[in-house]
Amino acid sequence: MRSWIRACERGDVMLFGWFVCLAAGALAVWAVHRGARGGSAGPWRRGLAHLASDRPAMAALFILAMLAALAILAPVVAPYLPNAQPDVVSGNNQPPSLDHLFGTDFASRDVFSRVLFGGRISLAVAALAVLLSTCLGTAYGAVAGFHGGRLDGVMMRVLDAALSIPRILLVMAVVAVARSITVPTLVLLLGVTGWFGTSRMVRAQVLSLREQDLTTAARALGARDREILWRHLLPNVASTVIVAATLSLGNVIILEAALSYLGIGIRPPTPSWGNIIQDGSSQLASAWWMALFPGLAIVITVLAINTLGDALRDALDPRTVDGT
Amino acid sequence: MTSPLLDVSELRTSFRTVGGSARAVDGISFTIAPEETVGLVGESGCGKSVTALSILRLIRPPGAIEPGSRITFESRDLLALPEAEMRAVRGARIAMVFQEPMTSLNPVLTVGAQVAEVVRVHAGASKAEAWRRAVETLAAVGFPDPAARALDHPHQLSGGLRQRVMIAMALVMRPALLIADEPTTALDVTTQAQILERLAALQAAMAMSVLLITHDLGIVAERAQRVIVMYAGQIVEEAPVRELFAAPHHPYTKALVAAVPRLGVRRERLETIPGQVPSADAWPTGCRFRERCPRAFDRCAVEPPLYRIGSGHRSRCHLDAPGGAA
Repeated sequence: MRSWIRACERGDVMLFGWFVCLAAGALAVWAVHRGARGGSAGPWRRGLAHLASDRPAMAALFILAMLAALAILAPVVAPYLPNAQPDVVSGNNQPPSLDHLFGTDFASRDVFSRVLFGGRISLAVAALAVLLSTCLGTAYGAVAGFHGGRLDGVMMRVLDAALSIPRILLVMAVVAVARSITVPTLVLLLGVTGWFGTSRMVRAQVLSLREQDLTTAARALGARDREILWRHLLPNVASTVIVAATLSLGNVIILEAALSYLGIGIRPPTPSWGNIIQDGSSQLASAWWMALFPGLAIVITVLAINTLGDALRDALDPRTVDGT
Repeated sequence: MTSPLLDVSELRTSFRTVGGSARAVDGISFTIAPEETVGLVGESGCGKSVTALSILRLIRPPGAIEPGSRITFESRDLLALPEAEMRAVRGARIAMVFQEPMTSLNPVLTVGAQVAEVVRVHAGASKAEAWRRAVETLAAVGFPDPAARALDHPHQLSGGLRQRVMIAMALVMRPALLIADEPTTALDVTTQAQILERLAALQAAMAMSVLLITHDLGIVAERAQRVIVMYAGQIVEEAPVRELFAAPHHPYTKALVAAVPRLGVRRERLETIPGQVPSADAWPTGCRFRERCPRAFDRCAVEPPLYRIGSGHRSRCHLDAPGGAA
């Protein structure tokens, strides 16, 4: 019981992160379920039916669900607490065995448990950051595209400027200024630096939708601008946004790992995939298991996310869905 | 005489272009009486659609309605209304049906939701109430099994059904004036007839006026009481429908009427009008039809006014000048 409480000590942000993960997962399962049922299908459900018949995508979804479940249930599944040192005296740098599936690290901590708990953080941080950046990007792009004219020009030039700075440098610069970085700040940082691409895509789509007959028709029936944007334009952009968000989830996981690896992301001893690799990198030759397993976790997760993102793009792209 | 429902006077709408300005609609005036159907005909590019959009004040930059234009509807000056009040007119008092229902409907919303939304925007009705009225209106426009098929998305419907949805969206608030911009051009002839018939029945039931924009004289002959012929941004002839077909005055109208193929008349070739509608950024001086007109003469270098020929019959041709020109 104590282990549960201690594991949950990481605070409200993490809890919210998990809520997001769970909600997204539930939504995906529900959507695929409905899509598979077919029936009187709109472009959405047709897309999802298409997705349900896509085997690699379904495999990716399954893998992601497993990984998420393992991470969420880490306090139950993990044999040790992430910072527990079951055998301080002689238990360091043990190769994988039945006692320690992924071996132990230099401080004799169980790598398997640390990877599970690390996944908890890495995934939650990524999910929250993507949620934030998607909302920001959609709002910014929608305003620029819908308003058009000079405002659009100014907003896009600002975006160009932001895009010209590599994201990792942007993040590092902020970290250099701030003395220490907490999990919520990291989420904020990754979210605030990640919305430029989404914004461009949304802006381009809104810009073209705005000129189409459906906008004039809505206006002719007395809709106000706000209603046109919310009810008519954004639903048409939703599929693009979902695909962009999925693909950027993979990017953010990698970015967070990179930051933690460089020692400016999640601070040890709190485990994250990035800093576990960092711990193991100095002993790659003698104790390969320390860096290999968290690395594999990242590779598998990102690969699954990208597969799913590509499949979503095929399934939800209005050009392939809305042929007739 | 009762006051007209809609009174358009000296309407000029121009678009800013790279080289200057294009006056797509150049000083047109007409009225529509309550419950009347007026046909507005002309070739592509003559300013029909811009006229329609101007009445609803839907001209977007770089286009603008020029000062001096006046549009009076239900005794209110539409061009002076604040935008919020204009929104309350659009869709509720004046509604519009567009030519291409596929691109005018939202592909990701069910058709029922799109009709219901109009009710929610204007009447502030509850969701259930709006949906009930949407289904009711869909039934009224001849949408089969409306309760179930209101849940369909636009791409699942045929062109005819989509246009019925557009009409339902336009009529759900029972407007006083319906502007139908080529409502059946994208449809096959049988569907066309069905939809126009249904529209006429609804018009009578709702005591509604219709401005029917089309390039199909057959539709006008069947449905309109009065016809306005536009050419190059101007009205060239206006007449009661029988008179227009029996005795067209303006050479352009004559050519249009002659170009309609008729059953039982053997002809080697279909009649056409040589040349093209001039472009709006360079209207010709004098009579704008001069270059294509078989009966042009030297006076045509001076722009003719709209001569009054008879009751409700006007023509913009010097040949119709009082006292006779030729």
